[in-house]
Amino acid sequence: MSKPEFVYTTFIRNTPEKVFHALSDTAFTEKYWMGCILHSDWKVGSPIKMNRGGKTMNECVILESDPPRRLSYSWLTVFDEAMKKEKPSKVTFVIEARDAEIVKLTVTHDGFGEGSTTLPSISTGWPMVLASLKSLLETGASLHIEPHKGE
Amino acid sequence: MDVSKFRPDTIYTIYIASTPARVFEALTVAEFSKQYFFGFAVECELKVGGAFVVRAPDGSVHIDGKVLACDPPHKLRVTWNVNWPGLVEKLGETIVTYEIAQMGDAVRLTMTESHERALPDDILSGGRTGWPAILSSLKSVLETGKPLAVKMEPPLKMIAALKAMGVNVP
Repeated sequence: MSKPEFVYTTFIRNTPEKVFHALSDTAFTEKYWMGCILHSDWKVGSPIKMNRGGKTMNECVILESDPPRRLSYSWLTVFDEAMKKEKPSKVTFVIEARDAEIVKLTVTHDGFGEGSTTLPSISTGWPMVLASLKSLLETGASLHIEPHKGE
Repeated sequence: MDVSKFRPDTIYTIYIASTPARVFEALTVAEFSKQYFFGFAVECELKVGGAFVVRAPDGSVHIDGKVLACDPPHKLRVTWNVNWPGLVEKLGETIVTYEIAQMGDAVRLTMTESHERALPDDILSGGRTGWPAILSSLKSVLETGKPLAVKMEPPLKMIAALKAMGVNVP
C-alpha cells in the first residue's frame, strides 16, 4: 500500500533563485497562487498565513529554509471544519538546477493521518498552483483556472 | 480488452494556457511531439482500433500501440507497450489515457498510466520520472513556443528491474 502523500515534479525555465523567491515572497505569491496571498516574514519558526479574500485558508509554520534549494513548512487547512481537526501535515519544496536554464521543482506533501480529507484537497490544488507558477516564470502571465467550470 | 481491470498507477495533471484542440494536437502529431518528447515522434490514427506509434529519433518503433478510445479534443486512450522483446509477456499491457478539459482560461490535461498487472515501483519509476519532464515541456511549447530540453538520466532502476525480469532491454 502506498504512503498517504502527494509528490509532484515540474520543470521550469528559470533559475533556482527565482523559483525560491516565487515561493517565498508575499507580493509574488499574490500573482499566481489561485487568489491566495502568503503572509510571513519567511524565517524558520515563523507562521505563514495563506489568505484568500481576507479569509485564512491554511495555517503554516516554516520548518526549514535553505535558499535557493529547500523550503519546508507545516500545513493545517483551516477553512474546513473537518480538515481543521486533522494533525498538521508537512510540505517540502526541493529546487534543483538541471542546467543553466532549467529548474526541477519537486513538491512533497506528507504526514497525513489515516482518512485525511486534506490530502485529496491539496492533491487537486498543488498542480494548479505549480502550473500557474511555471506559466508566470516562463511567460510573465499566470493562469486563470476556474476549477468549478470544468466540462 | 477490459480496461476496468487495469490499475491507474501513475497520474499526472498539468494546466496549460491553451485550447483543448491545441493540446490534443500536441499529443497526437509528430511535428509537435518531437519538440517536447525527447525527439520522439507520435503517429496516431484518430479512430478506435487505429495505430498508435511512437518512433525514436532514429525512426525505430519505440511504442507500438492501438487506439482504444478517441474523442477529440477531450479524450484519447491507447495501449502503450514499449517495443522491447519479452516486455509485454513479462509486464502485461500498459494503457495511457489523456483527458483534456477547459477550465476557465486554462486547459487541464490529465495523463493516467494504467497497468494490467501489479508492478513494482522500480518498473513504474521510468514513467514517474519521464512524464513530468515530457508534459512540463509540452506546456512550455504551447505557452512559449519553446520546449524545455530537460536532460534526463537513463531510468537505471527501471532498466535493472526489467533485466531482472528477463526483458531483453536494448
